[in-house]
Amino acid sequence: MAEPRYEEVAVGTRLPRLTHVLRRGDLVIYAGASGDFNPIHWSERAAAQAGLPTVIAHGMLTLGVALRAVTEWAGREAVLECGARFAAAVPVPDTDEGVEIVADGIVAEKLGEGRVRVDLTVRCAGEKVLARPRAMVRLS
Amino acid sequence: MALNRDFVGRTYEASATYEVCRVKIKEFADAIGDDNPIYHDKEAAVAAGHPDVVAPPTFPIVFSLSGASEALSDPDLGLNYAMVVHGEQRFEYQRPVYPGDELLCTSTITEIRDAGRNEFLTLRSDVTSTTGELVCRTYNTIVERGGAA
Repeated sequence: MAEPRYEEVAVGTRLPRLTHVLRRGDLVIYAGASGDFNPIHWSERAAAQAGLPTVIAHGMLTLGVALRAVTEWAGREAVLECGARFAAAVPVPDTDEGVEIVADGIVAEKLGEGRVRVDLTVRCAGEKVLARPRAMVRLS
Repeated sequence: MALNRDFVGRTYEASATYEVCRVKIKEFADAIGDDNPIYHDKEAAVAAGHPDVVAPPTFPIVFSLSGASEALSDPDLGLNYAMVVHGEQRFEYQRPVYPGDELLCTSTITEIRDAGRNEFLTLRSDVTSTTGELVCRTYNTIVERGGAA
């Protein structure tokens, strides 16, 4: 897919939706890849001790997955800034089905010099799990 | 337990640089389910205009807390790690991260505050190359649940 050009996008331009299923094993893989071995992300017992209903996904795993909506649209090198607040935990039950992350992006602002702000909406089981998930990207 | 506010403003430098390698970038991209060839295949990355495979935008989370880990485990800070969750994260890039980069992370505790029953601690980390060039800056807020109760 051709990358979007600054002149061709408008406030309100929608990015293709991204969906991704997370299972328990994915949390273990992310723990190893990121070096975040906090046991609330793999131990039912540790999660319960921290007052959580079950094991939860790393916030950075959810954000990393969600930002693929931006990099698949604009390219990796386009991303100048990105981030989010982790508003709600993403519980990941120990099931074959796992949970589905759904990320929708929209161009929220054109900032000049080819830069646009993309606002994401990231849901799990219908609930928004990230607050102000955003990226600033530079388009050609 | 409330966190020790005396830690606000303290700066910590990682004891060693972090050397980025292709294998780690591939491992990280796999972990976020990203099969974009620019993360996995040097030839594809070069064809896309990069000098080598490139790291995904959230990759600096791998090393950006390396300077502050000692501070966060300092008993004087009073952080109960068992109750910690990630509150917020931002990245500001000067340029992408590539294999061979030797990155030094310098972290400053910029804020400690409470909200409701929770304690919030924010770190800003400057990630620089061996020549002193700023590569990216990260902002990380961790939450100690029940810490302010």
